[in-house]
Amino acid sequence: MTATEQRLIELAAATFSVSATGLTADADMFEALGIDSLKALELLSEVELEFDVQIPDYELRGVTTFRALAAKIDERR
Amino acid sequence: MIDLQLTDDGVATLTLQAPPCNEIGLPMLQALEAALDRVQAAPGVRALVIASGQRGGFSAGADLRALYAHIEGRGADEWRGDLRGFIERIHALMSRLDGLPITTVAAIHGVCFGGGLELALVCDVRIAERSARFAFPELRLGLVPGFGGVPRLRRDVGGAVVRDLLLTGRSLNAKRALEVGLVAQMVPPGRGLEVAVATARQAALHDPETVAAAKAFAKPALEDELRAERELFLRLFERPVVAQALATFCASTDVRPYLATR
Repeated sequence: MTATEQRLIELAAATFSVSATGLTADADMFEALGIDSLKALELLSEVELEFDVQIPDYELRGVTTFRALAAKIDERR
Repeated sequence: MIDLQLTDDGVATLTLQAPPCNEIGLPMLQALEAALDRVQAAPGVRALVIASGQRGGFSAGADLRALYAHIEGRGADEWRGDLRGFIERIHALMSRLDGLPITTVAAIHGVCFGGGLELALVCDVRIAERSARFAFPELRLGLVPGFGGVPRLRRDVGGAVVRDLLLTGRSLNAKRALEVGLVAQMVPPGRGLEVAVATARQAALHDPETVAAAKAFAKPALEDELRAERELFLRLFERPVVAQALATFCASTDVRPYLATR
């Protein structure tokens, strides 16, 4: 797991008050966190502020795993 | 649908309470009208806070499912008058809120999209929690904002930001919203209402006549632009592409399909 993936998982778990233990980079974020697209936008805000990046909404289409989102973050840093 | 609290310090707090995320249709419009009647009838109210009691955010915008249910399978001749009536009525409400002679403060968290952003834009001061996101997603539906959003956004921020929000439909986080002047403050999670009420209390200390005069001077009316936006919205709405987009939206099982990320 990369440093970005690890940090992302910890951030997401803290945002939605779930345990980060057992979450893997390839886990489906929506299922793992119990979130819908509305709450996914809250995660996007936390990600942008934590990593100091901006990710256009349309780039999140098809992004379901922590690994895929971490890759989007790393593309912008 | 709306909880209204009037306190002795002259601050009224209007909390939107319609799950899933305070969608604005006829019931919400009626509830807002009634709440505003109470605020204006109550003696001693010197500031108003508008907040959301829903976890998802301030408001996800217009109730598109109700809107589509009204037009589905019917010709424009059958719903044109109703739609115009609704849009004119919500414009009247927004203009009433916009021009209140007291200070209004929005406490915003989570999603503040479309009609929700338009509601926030009538407020004098906007306080955003860290989780807040702002967008005008209407172009995804073949529309422009229809509740007065573009003229009021243009009043508060520069044209580059207006066009970015309007033409891309992308959402801005709270930090970016603060940078461009869309909000006055960004506060930690869960602190939005507290800061908004404190801000309202400070504003409520001032002489009411001075507040009314200062506000009228600093916040000009936009009637011509608002009328133009209404007509554009109503004209665009009659095109088949809008009904198709609404049908796609309503066919989704997600809570807000136009935000779908999977």
